[in-house]
Amino acid sequence: MEGLYYNVDNGYLEGIVRGYRANILTNSFYVNLTQSETLDDVKLQLSASEYGPVLQNEAHVSTSLLAQKFTEKMVQEFEYIRAHAVGDLQKFLDYITYAYMIDNVILLITGTLHERDTRELLDRCHPLGVFDSMPALCVATNVAELYNTVLVETPLAPYFKDCLSAEDLDEMNIEIIRNTLYKAYLEDFYNFSKSFGGATAEIMAQLLEFEADRRTLNITINSFGTELTKDDRAKLFPNIGRLYPEGSLKLAKADDNDQVKMVCDVFLEYRQFFEGTMGVGAAKTLEDRFFEYEVHLNKVSFQQQFHYAIYYSFLKLKEQEIRNLVWIAECISQGQKERINNFIPIF
Amino acid sequence: MGAYSSDRTAAATASGPSFLTLYSSMAFTGLAAVGLYMLLTGSGEQFNVGEFILSISPYQWSLLGIGLCVGLSVGGAAWGIYITGASLMGAAVDAPRIVTKSLISIIFCEVVAIYGLIMAIVFSAKLTSVSDSTITSPEMYFKGYALFWAGLTTGLCNLVCGISVGITGSSAALADAQDSQLFVKVLVIEIFGSIIGLFGLIIGLLVSGKV
Repeated sequence: MEGLYYNVDNGYLEGIVRGYRANILTNSFYVNLTQSETLDDVKLQLSASEYGPVLQNEAHVSTSLLAQKFTEKMVQEFEYIRAHAVGDLQKFLDYITYAYMIDNVILLITGTLHERDTRELLDRCHPLGVFDSMPALCVATNVAELYNTVLVETPLAPYFKDCLSAEDLDEMNIEIIRNTLYKAYLEDFYNFSKSFGGATAEIMAQLLEFEADRRTLNITINSFGTELTKDDRAKLFPNIGRLYPEGSLKLAKADDNDQVKMVCDVFLEYRQFFEGTMGVGAAKTLEDRFFEYEVHLNKVSFQQQFHYAIYYSFLKLKEQEIRNLVWIAECISQGQKERINNFIPIF
Repeated sequence: MGAYSSDRTAAATASGPSFLTLYSSMAFTGLAAVGLYMLLTGSGEQFNVGEFILSISPYQWSLLGIGLCVGLSVGGAAWGIYITGASLMGAAVDAPRIVTKSLISIIFCEVVAIYGLIMAIVFSAKLTSVSDSTITSPEMYFKGYALFWAGLTTGLCNLVCGISVGITGSSAALADAQDSQLFVKVLVIEIFGSIIGLFGLIIGLLVSGKV
């Protein structure tokens, strides 16, 4: 039934997003790109792609410049969609940006903790997660202050209710705040997507469930050998996803990587992640496997029409593309050509 | 902000159905009271559906049929054209080459309106002025009902046909923008969709044929 009314508000934007998706670089392009010897070759190769115009006026390219230009392009495209969106879609797109806001908040308070320059920090913030009162984050010294002066006016305020118990802003607490925020955000976004029903609910559920599971696994693996107690660890796990509740419960009690592997053994999709990824000399890290699977899920979401998940998927695929290009450029500029093929092809 | 407003919409949707049930239960109680009153006072026969239908003039029936036929058909065509058109506009930004080809999808939707129009013309040609004495004859009633239901059949068929062609048309435009080889394949599906409008047209012609 979505087909009857979806196009009233979103038909044009769906066409636009699918147009953007068509511009995502293909595998054959990456193969050509990896043959480059210098960054100037990379620039030459890219001039045939959609990134040509943004790099045209740059005389000297560096990896950081490339990353910045690519991100600018992605943000520009997303902002175009956002500017034309109305009603539910606008709210949906706002939800997507909350993730970047969380990252920015954490970046700023971590930076402040290490006494970095505020301006430099603000430059490093992701443009999609920028909000007005962001510079004020740098003056906060404890969580209550942070909440009362800055975050209460942002959309992130409701997510903060579980973090207010934390007292000081030290390294450990910041990490806990990040994960608690993200947990609250994921659950909220999940319920919001579910409220649409139909294809949007179905596809977004899949994407967000995987995101939640990935966080659960990452938190578990990263918490080995730290001060984080098992109870605290369990509190950081999102209450959605394939792993919830049984897998999360077992992961909360896990002591080492082998136990994590055992928990994931019953989940068909997740079992493959652990085959040949643990250990030092592995060809692909667990993170790479996660990204690969995420790309797969995001590709699949384009197979259906009349739903909102394509906007989310487009952004995620674009991010992956930027990671790929930056990886390739980095390998070329550092002369590490043997590792250049570790990117994740999209189409 | 987002979390708050989503709470608010949840509250609004929760209050929506409760109002609906309130109104419908009030209407039901009222109707039941009137019905019981009529039944118990021995005037229940005043509620007579058959007589009500017979009291409507055959002219009214046939003209209603013609109106519904063309109205629903045009509605279906318009619905289809907007679904296709909106997707086409977006997809054409990145791939302008698809515009000319996708006009075929628009024309398929338009055809649905033309079906309705032709049928309405056929029906209205059967309208004749009759004298007051023969208007209540069984023959005239048959003519009125036949034109009404023929018009409604054609109209509804064309409505769903228009929507179906519109949705397929929008998929055709998007598919064509991604890969031009796909256009013909999706177009075939679209043609099958547009044929279901013809079914309604045929039945409409058969039903009204004996008028």
